[in-house]
Amino acid sequence: MSNEYQPVIGLEIHIELATQSKMFCSCSAYHFEVEPNIHCCPVCLGLPGALPVPNKKAIDWTIMLGLALNCQIAKESKFDRKNYFYPDLPKGYQISQYDAPLCNNGHLEIKAFTEEQRASNDQFPTLKTIRIRRVHLEEDTGKLLHTEIDGKACTMIDFNRSGVPLLEVVTEPDFENSAQVDKFLKKLQLIVRYLGISSADMEKGSMRLEPNISVRKPNQKGLPEYKVEIKNINSFKFARKAIDYEILRHRELLEKSETPVQETRGWNEPKSKTFSQREKEEANDYRYFPEPDIPPMTFTKEEIREIQSWIPELPEAKAKRFVSDYQLSEYNTQQLIENKSLGQYFEKVVENTKKLSPTQIANWLINKKVNIDRVSPKDLIKIITESRQVFEINNEDLEKVIARVIKENPQAVNDYRAGKTQIISFFLGQVIRLTNPGIDKTKTTIAIIRYLTKK
Amino acid sequence: MNLNELSLTEALEGVKQKKFTPKEVFTACEKRIKDIDDKIKAFVSVVPKTENAIPFAIKDNFCTTKVLTTASSNILRNYLPTYNATVYQKLIEANFGLLGKTNMDSFAHGSSTETSDFFVTHNPWNLNHLPGGSSGGSAAAVMADETIFAIGSETAGSIRQPSAWCGVVGLKPTYGRVSRYGVIAMGSSLDCPGPITKTVADAEIVYKIIAGKDPLDATTVDIPLTPAKNFNLKDVRIGVAQEYLAIAEKPVCKKILEAVEVFRKLGCKIIDISLFDPKYAISVYTILQRSEVSSNLARYDGIRYGSDRSNFNKENKRRIMLGTYTLSAGYYDAYYLKAQKIRTIICQDFDQAFEKVNVIIGPVSPSLAKKIGASSKDPMFGEKEDMLVEPSTIAGLPAISIPAGFVDGLPVGLQIIANKWQEDLILKLAKAFETETEYYKMKPEI
Amino acid sequence: MTKQLKEEQVKHIAKLANLQLSKQETKEFQKQLTETLDFIAHLNQIDTEKVSPTSQVSGNKNVFRQDIIKPSQSQAETLANAKSYKGYFVIKAIF
Repeated sequence: MSNEYQPVIGLEIHIELATQSKMFCSCSAYHFEVEPNIHCCPVCLGLPGALPVPNKKAIDWTIMLGLALNCQIAKESKFDRKNYFYPDLPKGYQISQYDAPLCNNGHLEIKAFTEEQRASNDQFPTLKTIRIRRVHLEEDTGKLLHTEIDGKACTMIDFNRSGVPLLEVVTEPDFENSAQVDKFLKKLQLIVRYLGISSADMEKGSMRLEPNISVRKPNQKGLPEYKVEIKNINSFKFARKAIDYEILRHRELLEKSETPVQETRGWNEPKSKTFSQREKEEANDYRYFPEPDIPPMTFTKEEIREIQSWIPELPEAKAKRFVSDYQLSEYNTQQLIENKSLGQYFEKVVENTKKLSPTQIANWLINKKVNIDRVSPKDLIKIITESRQVFEINNEDLEKVIARVIKENPQAVNDYRAGKTQIISFFLGQVIRLTNPGIDKTKTTIAIIRYLTKK
Repeated sequence: MNLNELSLTEALEGVKQKKFTPKEVFTACEKRIKDIDDKIKAFVSVVPKTENAIPFAIKDNFCTTKVLTTASSNILRNYLPTYNATVYQKLIEANFGLLGKTNMDSFAHGSSTETSDFFVTHNPWNLNHLPGGSSGGSAAAVMADETIFAIGSETAGSIRQPSAWCGVVGLKPTYGRVSRYGVIAMGSSLDCPGPITKTVADAEIVYKIIAGKDPLDATTVDIPLTPAKNFNLKDVRIGVAQEYLAIAEKPVCKKILEAVEVFRKLGCKIIDISLFDPKYAISVYTILQRSEVSSNLARYDGIRYGSDRSNFNKENKRRIMLGTYTLSAGYYDAYYLKAQKIRTIICQDFDQAFEKVNVIIGPVSPSLAKKIGASSKDPMFGEKEDMLVEPSTIAGLPAISIPAGFVDGLPVGLQIIANKWQEDLILKLAKAFETETEYYKMKPEI
Repeated sequence: MTKQLKEEQVKHIAKLANLQLSKQETKEFQKQLTETLDFIAHLNQIDTEKVSPTSQVSGNKNVFRQDIIKPSQSQAETLANAKSYKGYFVIKAIF
């Protein structure tokens, strides 16, 4: 309990699985920028008489993510029908999971600053545990487009996306601010990408976010009696903006002794505001009941262990290892972890050389934007080694080169003497041009300064 | 005898012996349809092309790309599917040819064929009477020799009851034996496609073709069609449920008791048993079926096919409304969940019964075929009519309806129910009864 | 005896069921649904406290398919039974 207004945020994240085929039929699940309605069949179109048969890979991948999120895997699980009407929902119900989700009771730690730490400019973020309520599997809907045909407003529907497998991750309302949400989303995204189960791209819609936000009044116990769901968030940046906006909006209402309306609101990016979409009733009457067309599922310990063995080294563990094994800085580690293939490449390079240090390699990879698809690890080692070759030059010859550079750049010399000491790097550059990048830069810089001071 | 009057067994034999071609059989049926279907009205649509194949008719809730599939509803009156039902596909691959689609209660919501949106089918034994439903068209077509055999579907009695009212053989297999892929769904946990035929041997032939696991239907099973071991009439213990007899009207009851004597004469043991009161099954079935119906009919929004929801008839709407209510918040536990629990009790009741007996026999319908117009104003007419078949359908059990005599010129049907996967036992017993009684030889004058 | 369903309840159910009922139908269904609920109320006489529900009678468990692509219907087949525009299904604007 606090004597401040405290935001209470929970997240619902949908992740589109990158399976070949759809969740309940064998149509291609590929729907990005293709002709409309070309990957459809009786099942995903909801034709009379069609029946669903679940995609095993989608189920295995759901369990795999659940395990990576420290969840318990249900011994017995099933699908349920979620009944509601909308033009993008061909059967008039979505096959989802209600009271027996595949995974539940997990958690993910994030390093984030608490409100107090932010207020006091604390240097070290605390470890915060975000509880994962559940991870379940369902099918995606079709896509709606709004247009005008012959002057009449119409809605067009494309069912290519209908039936694509969708993971839903639901957290407990453990977040206190948008920074924590941001950290969590990025961590989750990276884990999903490491598992190879989705591109998890918010801009492309393969990762979707719906935060639930409410604010506790000062000294209020328990959860607030309302919550607002936000839709239409297409990037991590917008997520932070939307959440911050909402928190402020709720605070302003609460300060006036008003309670924000429990509803669904949409984020409008151009206006940077949320707008009411529809009243979110306490529970929409989805009339869930067990899906009679799909038999229930059971999982043995062996099957779960097998799926556990598929999980590669995850980002957090890899980061720890990079720091301890390679003594990399946190920054370098961060850069190499964020891109799974870059991290793998880095390790291949390290494996293949004893002369170059991991940090040297990391610095090179991070700063020089190497095309790791074109340059083999062995070639990279060559390139870095060559660049590090020391170019020896005796003091006399160096003096000669410096003299030439000074002579050829009188204006620069005047600038230097006028006080622009940063011109030194220009002179250094010129000396390097006439000699070799392998020259001892420190020694050379000192020599240039000495020369200029003498004259 | 005209070729259309042949049984399937006879037709296959005749073709094999080159006495006639399949095309001749097909043509004979086409002619019969032209001659009398304006009186029977069994067919919603007839295929325009003559096939060189022994013909069959299929209920209009099975998807066929060849011809419109309407479920006898205005919603789908112009619907041409883009795929074939698995059952239909299997029959075509077995070299049978589609004659036409038969009339039914719209979306199978009924036990009379009177709630078809198009027209009512007439009972071949008495044109003023109903054929039963919802597979009324299929049963009438078989009895009237308009087809060699037909396919129906049963959610609770929709094969057995019209077969009983029309005097033909109707087999409802165990739930999961026959693929529902391509069958317009009514009650997903209940629907069973099955054959409607002139004789038990015919039913067996068709059943063996259409049964089997289908990768497109996750509820079909991989259990082989094992024959009943060491079948001997003297070893068969037949249960007669007092509760079922008590419900049947006197004339029906009389015929059933006569049937019991036939089995006794054949050497079977007759054992009186008591079963869970079927009146509860009506309610369990009403809740489960209508709940699933409310969900299965949600896809008919007129966007991708068919016409909009205002084209549902009163019975459709009534069932959707009740089903929506029984699933809704605050009522789910009291209705749907409760019904599922009593379903468990019904299954256990049958399990206990089958420890004492091998099969259970009894009437299919409490009454003889009712007059046209009798689908009373009772909002639960269909479900009440099917009281005697609902318990076995709720438990997913296999059952057959076979002719057991006539009263006032109308047929009475006897049902034989067995435990799961025991279709062969049912067929063997039914065959013995049929051989002894020869009711299949009787044909109506139309 | 179940209480007579209220008209608002019937209207609410119709909304959930996406059915448009006329005034007459609403009144009719109010009566008929109540009758049906009355009839099925006798299930309350049966003790089911220790009974678990059965939702599937096939006895199947763990039926899946492999993640393999099979050909879809053509766009033309998909749109054949409906109103369409440039490859999309089309309806009146929903906003």
